[in-house]
Parts: sequence; structure tokens; C-alpha cells
Amino acid sequence: MRQFDQELRDLRDGILAMAGLAEEMIDLTSQALKERSRAKADEVMALDRGMDEWELKLDRLCIDMLALRAPAAGDLRLIASSLKIVPELERIGDHCCNIARRATYVHPPILSSGSLERLAQEVRTMVRMAVDSFIGSDAGLARTVIQADDSVDELYGKIYRELLRLMMSDPLCIERASHLILVVKNWERIADQATNIAEEVLFILEGRSAKHTYLQDHSKDM
Amino acid sequence: MEIEDPRPVPEPVLLQVPPPSTGLRPASLQQPDLPLTDPSVLSAPIMLQVERLNLFYGDKQALSDIHLKVARNSVMSFIGPSGCGKSTLLRCLNRMNDLIDDVRVQGRVLLGDTDIYAPETDVIALRKRAGMVFQKSNPFPKSIFENVAYGLRIQGQSDRNLLEEAVERSLKGAGLWDEVKDRLKDSAQGLSGGQQQRLCIARALAVRPEIILMDEPCSALDPIATARVEELILELKREFTIVIVTHNMQQAARVSDHTAFFWMGKLIETDLTEKMFTNPRQRMTEDYITGRFG
Repeated sequence: MRQFDQELRDLRDGILAMAGLAEEMIDLTSQALKERSRAKADEVMALDRGMDEWELKLDRLCIDMLALRAPAAGDLRLIASSLKIVPELERIGDHCCNIARRATYVHPPILSSGSLERLAQEVRTMVRMAVDSFIGSDAGLARTVIQADDSVDELYGKIYRELLRLMMSDPLCIERASHLILVVKNWERIADQATNIAEEVLFILEGRSAKHTYLQDHSKDM
Repeated sequence: MEIEDPRPVPEPVLLQVPPPSTGLRPASLQQPDLPLTDPSVLSAPIMLQVERLNLFYGDKQALSDIHLKVARNSVMSFIGPSGCGKSTLLRCLNRMNDLIDDVRVQGRVLLGDTDIYAPETDVIALRKRAGMVFQKSNPFPKSIFENVAYGLRIQGQSDRNLLEEAVERSLKGAGLWDEVKDRLKDSAQGLSGGQQQRLCIARALAVRPEIILMDEPCSALDPIATARVEELILELKREFTIVIVTHNMQQAARVSDHTAFFWMGKLIETDLTEKMFTNPRQRMTEDYITGRFG
């Protein structure tokens, strides 16, 4: 195997390691929230260091390959998109920390049964599909992720409105509800991150941007 | 108190995860029958057109059914592995292959409206219209001035003022004037390799060609001289059309508007250079430019 191919493989493997870490952090965050567990929240925050280390390592690898290998075509698209996917994964870790940090402040429960868990589950599924679309070079799955973001946005909006209603009707729950608003906002942001990853997967596979499709007529295919 | 609901809220649906596919190649590269040329490439005014070109060295076919268009005031790069036919095609464009025994050419090459392989074509006049710069600089054992004036002299031009004007204009066009203007009578052999190559470009410019054919013009030059020739190519395309054969893919990416990839005498794909180097349509092109060929 050529040295450059090995480096590209290292890049893919690194992204998969980050993605695995992100999924682990999402699962732990959900558990910390459900169990109001300080210990699990601390585990989430401990894992974030690994994300940061991977980000630095993969950034360096991408810059080195751009400088030394003069990549073209599919290799160039993979490296360019990796420079965007890696920070998206790192941000997922940050959002998990933001949620986990509030795990013990949202008790006793004030939301209608299961809506928060449903949001977390949908977001987790989106992240899993985005990662699988990258692993399997699956454009159809990447498009499914992008479409799924609307469903998460709807659910986020529904929970947000429910929390506003609760705060207005019962001032005693304002503190918990405020924490929960930030929790659901962070889940919703993770879904956005998954969407951005899926858009990059489409760029890698098809060579054209899947972002800002309302500008499509004015953009040029690459 | 009821909160105003700005939009209907559908019941969220839990997403299902389909199994990941195992394909590793982008779908676009798996389509077998893509056209060779992006139609947008063909919308510009055309300077040179190659139609159904076949070339044989004796019984051996070196070029097969080449169709190609080169836009006016653009740079087109020919890339491909050694022996793929790119230099052979370049030499077809001003009939340099006529000088090789046992060569047979079929098809048409149109320079403007002129079919250059038509029986009535004046080959000397053709080579004035289609100048050539070779891999190795080949200044004549004459002065710098006489090297540039050579083409005009053999056309019968003897007016000293006109020759001086043409030499200055050509040397300026080749970016060499400031370096040699005080030593025009010195031997061209005393110039550096990069200067000699730019002198050869000046010699080609002197007869005011319509198209300049360059066969690996930087392969014997150091990086600084190469950069100067590449800058020159970008300046020259304002006035001329340029076709360049190169083994240096970064050079093709830097200087050309369009790139054509050849393999075993066939044109595999041609397109805008930025498209060829970011998202080629043919698997073979992708493999070549990413170094995975063969």
C-alpha cells in the first residue's frame, strides 16, 4: 500500500474513532440525564478530552496531506470534507458536555412523559446514520439524515413551547425549565451537526455541495 | 396561558437505521457510459477542432477516433501516461508528424476554418499559424536577436526596423526583454536553460501564430524557471490559444482552463480543469490523477 493510501486510511479510521466516541458520549449523556447521575455526567466530560485530541491530530494529518501530497479528485474531496467533519464531531462532544453538566438540575421531571427521551433517541439515530453514510459511502442514507433534521426541529419546537407554557403557569419550575431549554437546544444542535456531516458525505461522494440548496441555481458544480 | 403555535406539530417518527452499503466508490464513477466532454466546455468560440482523428505508425495505431475542441484564448493541457499519444496528437496539430516516415493520418483537424490535412494546405503557412515549443530548448547557434528574427527572415522579411520591432515585441511577450535587451548580439547559447526556453517561445511569437503548441516545455527547467514559464503561459493566453503537453499534473492544474486525459491512444475525458481535478466523471481519469493508475 502506498504511503498516501495509508494516510487516507488513517484519516478515515480517525474519523470513525471520533464518531464512535461521539456515540458513546451521546449514550452516556442520555443515561446521565435519565438517571440524574453526576458520575455519568463526569464520564461524559472526561471523554471530551479524547475528542479534542483527535481533532488536533486529524487537523494536522489533513494539513500535511494537502501540503505534501497535492491530492486531487476523490482524495481531495475526502480531505477537504474531513476538515469540516472533524470539527462537527468535536462540537457534538461539546454539546454532550453541555447537556451532561445539567443532568442533576432537571429533577423532578416536569416534561410530558418520554418527549425528552424521544428527542435524544432521534438525535442519536441521526448521528449513527450520518456516520454509517460516511463508512458505507451511502448517499441515500446521507439524504435521509438531512431530511430527518426537520423532524428533530419539530420535536424541539414542541418541547420548547411546552417548557414556556410550564414556566408561565408555574414560576417554581422556571429554573428546571431553563436548564431543560438549554438541554433540548443542545440536542437539536447535535442533530444539526449530524446534518452537516451528511452534507459533507454527499460532497465526498458526488462532488457537489449539498448545502444551501436554495442557492443551487447560482452555485457551480465542482 | 396558551402559547401561539406558529406551525403544525406532527407526531415525531422514530427513525430506522438501514444497513450500511458496502460500496466504496462514488456512484458517479460507476456509471459506464458518460460522455467524454462536458457540454459547457463546447460553448466557447472554438479555435481548434479535431474530428475522428486516427493516426497509424505503419500498422500500429497510435491515436484512435479523437474528437476534441480547443476554445479560443484558452489553455488546454494534454495529460496521460507515457505512450498514451498526447505528444503524437500535439504534433498532428501542425503536421509535424509529416516529417516521420510511414505515418498515416485519418480524420480532420480544423484550425479556424482551415482543414489542415486538406491537400491544398500550405504546411509552411500552417506552421506559422501554429507555433511549437519543444521539451528541450533548442536555440539556434546564432545571436539572441537572430534567433527571434529567424522565422521572419525565412519568410522574406529584411526590413531592419520591422525586424527590430518584432524582436522587441516578441521578447517582451516572452518576458525576456529586460534580461537581454543590452546583449541582443550575444550568442543565445549563453542564456540559462529557463531563458533559452523563453527565447524559443519568443521565436514562436515572432511570426504571430494563432495557436502555440508546447510539448513539455518545463520538463528540463528548475522550479523558478518553470514558474516564470507558467506565468508567461497565463499572460500569453490573452492573445493566443495554447495547447500544452505535460507530465506534471499540478502544472496542468495551475495553467490550463481545460484538461484532456489520454490513455493508449484514446481520449478518455476532457473537461474544465477544475472539474477534472476535483470531480472527474471517468474512473480511469480519477485513478490517473490520484496516482492509482495501473
